[in-house]
Amino acid sequence: MSRAALLVLADGRFPAGGHAHSGGAEEAVKAGRITGAASLEDFCRGRLHTTGLVAASLAAAAAVGVPAVELDAAADARTPSPTLRLAARRLGRQLMRAARATWPSDELDALAGEFPKGAHQPVVLGVAARSAGLGGDDAAHCAAYESVSGAATATVRLLSLDPFEATAVLARLAPEVDHVADLAVEAAAGALEQGAGALPAASAPLLEIGAEAHAGWAVRLFAS
Amino acid sequence: MSTTPGGVRARARIVARQDGRGGTSLPVLESDGPLALRRTRGSGTEARVVLVGAMSGPLGGDRFGVDAHAEEGALLRVQSAAATIALPGQSKGEAHYDVRVHVADRAEVSWLPEPLISARGSDLRVRTEADVAATGRLVLREEQVLGRAGEETGRLSSRLAVRVGGRVVLDQELACGPGAPGGWDGPAVLAGHRAVGQLVLVRPEFQERPVTPRRIGDACAVVPLAGPAALVSAVAADGLRLRRALDEALAALDRRPMNG
Repeated sequence: MSRAALLVLADGRFPAGGHAHSGGAEEAVKAGRITGAASLEDFCRGRLHTTGLVAASLAAAAAVGVPAVELDAAADARTPSPTLRLAARRLGRQLMRAARATWPSDELDALAGEFPKGAHQPVVLGVAARSAGLGGDDAAHCAAYESVSGAATATVRLLSLDPFEATAVLARLAPEVDHVADLAVEAAAGALEQGAGALPAASAPLLEIGAEAHAGWAVRLFAS
Repeated sequence: MSTTPGGVRARARIVARQDGRGGTSLPVLESDGPLALRRTRGSGTEARVVLVGAMSGPLGGDRFGVDAHAEEGALLRVQSAAATIALPGQSKGEAHYDVRVHVADRAEVSWLPEPLISARGSDLRVRTEADVAATGRLVLREEQVLGRAGEETGRLSSRLAVRVGGRVVLDQELACGPGAPGGWDGPAVLAGHRAVGQLVLVRPEFQERPVTPRRIGDACAVVPLAGPAALVSAVAADGLRLRRALDEALAALDRRPMNG
């Protein structure tokens, strides 16, 4: 694997559109559940161990070659909110465009052909990692980190939170991000043998409910 | 039922079948130890079963299970007489409670038990799997209350998976309580709410006409799943408010015009 390729894929400036999403932070800020660095950390920790673990597992499984169509269906079943399913597919399509230009591959072409409106973002992320010569652990780390970094960055804008504090939150979560990535790699190995149904399905009820509330707002800063 | 050093093992079974006279019979109604099943008067063509907890539990180390199978065209409603309370046991280790619901073509199951309450010090893993044929119908409610009044919660992990026509339309896990992964009580997951519930509806007509997403109050949402199914998710301060939200959501869904 190439460590530099991992940095390119994980770079917040990689043109995949993630900056337009808050990972539920915008709704949680408005509802008064995130008010500063401490509650942001708790929010990110909950996100990491639920949707973060699921995304990391899907990405790792795609990177090690579990069929993407099966993974996309598993992602649908793990995302009850139609708003979040749509957001995941839009992000998947944007990532697909960037990834095909960056690391062209037959597998990316095939996935794009199968899902013209976009596959779930973690699935695309896994196939993109594979095309970049990266492994399941790289894909899992990217997805797990993204599951918290987007919310932290968004909260800086939403609350005018000190960016140093937001970054310190991410640094404090780093050991747990590593742990979640390890769990995801293990789950991906299981899915190779038992299918995508064996992947974790950890859920966060307030993220799902909040996403539907957020979608109904007339004015919002972030897409989700 | 068998009692092993690890705890009690019990599995109750229900089979519902069309009786040929427009009703539903129960050729299999097997209670097992603490899981006692009683047939009660049904309404119209439906057979009704009440699950009566004959002992307390599940306690640590116990393994309980209930299998319900509605054969083609059968209509079955399963309720419970009281809440199930997960309690710590004398034997170490977690307890398990597995529910399997199978709904054949043109059959309908309403699985509407009372809440599961996780008492302090308990450790329970709940697994609910529903397998619905393409033209089957299902209403399934799952309510979890974290701790009895004023009590801290035990450890509770649950997984709910629903397949329709062989395809998974819902797969959700939730882990709460001491030892659960961090953030479970934080702003992304439960944020201090002590009751959490889901209501799954599978109806063939949802394939063509999915429900419109809507909110009921500020902690309950009705959403269409990816398939002929809908989900109501809610969190609430307590079990009573949770039930109110789920009931309201179900009533709103039933008011929905069928040609709409």
